[in-house]
Amino acid sequence: MDLNLDAPHSMGTTIIGVTYNGGVVLGADSRTSTGMYVANRASDKITQLTDNVYVCRSGSAADSQVVSDYVRYFLHQHTIQLGQPATVKVSANLIRMLAYNNKQNMLQTGLIVGGWDKYEGGKIYGIPLGGTVVEQPFAIGGSGSSYLYGFFDQAWKENMTKEEAEQLVVKAVSLAIARDGASGGVVRTVIINSEGVTRNFYPGDKLQLWHEELEPQNSLLDILNAAGPEPMAM
Amino acid sequence: MTFMIPIENGNGVKNAEADSQRTLYPYVTGTSVVAIKYKDGILMASDMGGSYGSTLRYKNIERMKAIGKHSLLGASGEISDFQEILRYLDELMLNDNMWDDGNSLGPKEVLNYLTRVVYNRRNKFNPLWNTLVVGGVKYGEKYLGMVSMIGVSFEDNHVATGFGNHLARPILRDEWREDLSFEEGVKLLEKCMRVLLYRDRSAINKLQIAKMTEEGVTVSEPYSLKTFWDFKAFTNPTVGAEGSW
Repeated sequence: MDLNLDAPHSMGTTIIGVTYNGGVVLGADSRTSTGMYVANRASDKITQLTDNVYVCRSGSAADSQVVSDYVRYFLHQHTIQLGQPATVKVSANLIRMLAYNNKQNMLQTGLIVGGWDKYEGGKIYGIPLGGTVVEQPFAIGGSGSSYLYGFFDQAWKENMTKEEAEQLVVKAVSLAIARDGASGGVVRTVIINSEGVTRNFYPGDKLQLWHEELEPQNSLLDILNAAGPEPMAM
Repeated sequence: MTFMIPIENGNGVKNAEADSQRTLYPYVTGTSVVAIKYKDGILMASDMGGSYGSTLRYKNIERMKAIGKHSLLGASGEISDFQEILRYLDELMLNDNMWDDGNSLGPKEVLNYLTRVVYNRRNKFNPLWNTLVVGGVKYGEKYLGMVSMIGVSFEDNHVATGFGNHLARPILRDEWREDLSFEEGVKLLEKCMRVLLYRDRSAINKLQIAKMTEEGVTVSEPYSLKTFWDFKAFTNPTVGAEGSW
């Protein structure tokens, strides 16, 4: 509600991309906020670019949408010309071109590109503000990622299975949601490998409970009726 | 006497001469408090979060405290200022008890005192960065009121602070009645708190509900609310509109 345009613009969101033995797993939270108000509690921040390449979007909702729209359009044309699926590297480079050449136009979006192609297998490319491209075994982004650097330093390992990788992503997004006010809602994941694409949905009430979080109840009345005669004593 | 030029920067006030005692910006903040009158007294709800900017840093902060036998104070805003206010009220109640005249301060008196304190600080450009809700029952009379950080105070049948004003009060305007039972009141407050949990970035899922009646003041144990995400529209919202949200 207080729009302080002088303050550093923090990117509301937690986005993650992780490679595993055979493909990639992309993950994100689902909160879109306007100031302190949650405009959409169930947004989908993992956007399709081609059949085999997806992008996680963070930062300005508008900027990230328009960048992904352009890249989807270019990749469509590219796929037709090439006669076969586009590679993850080409997708990442197209995003880089838009991000880098619009630096002066104050583009405020950080993206994580992930996919699978037959030449390189599963690949993750991080594209932060400014348009740097970094190929990484895993990438984290958005304001919620601040809380995950230590977690990934400890929990990440090479050559995980598909199940291990997805569990790691869900756990990480869930941990970030617990501490970042700009992240919340459900955890969405997209798994991409040679066999295709799988979308998963983990609603907020099905996630693991962390420190100082309590088991959800229907109402205080259930607790009072279950506990006995004097449950509200101080 | 420090001479200062107030410069508004949206969040607080800067001073030309440094003074270590001024709350210029809030640091650790609590979000909404929602309270209603019901048949037997007052019900008040707040979550237990203390945010540090956009970080949900503290998750066990009690933002509602009993004041004497008859009143309950709920606070949103800067937690350190709330803790200072509790010290002031402690001194106030102590001095009141020393009179040993059988009378004790009720919610109306507590709110009036707080209004004076808050307004005076506001006049010195050194505000207590809180919005305070005071409720209670004394000699059969129910009382519920609030005071903002600039010293505006008033009483009503239902009050809320911060986001609660925008999200909870419309629900209360629609569904509040004079003769709500305890169960109905709790359900109504939980409805408000759930909406706040969905839509307020600084809300956490751990809350307390306090009850004030003629018998006295009690604050419940902390608990969490169930949330609902099982809507078809939520599972695949961008099917057919790739790239949207």
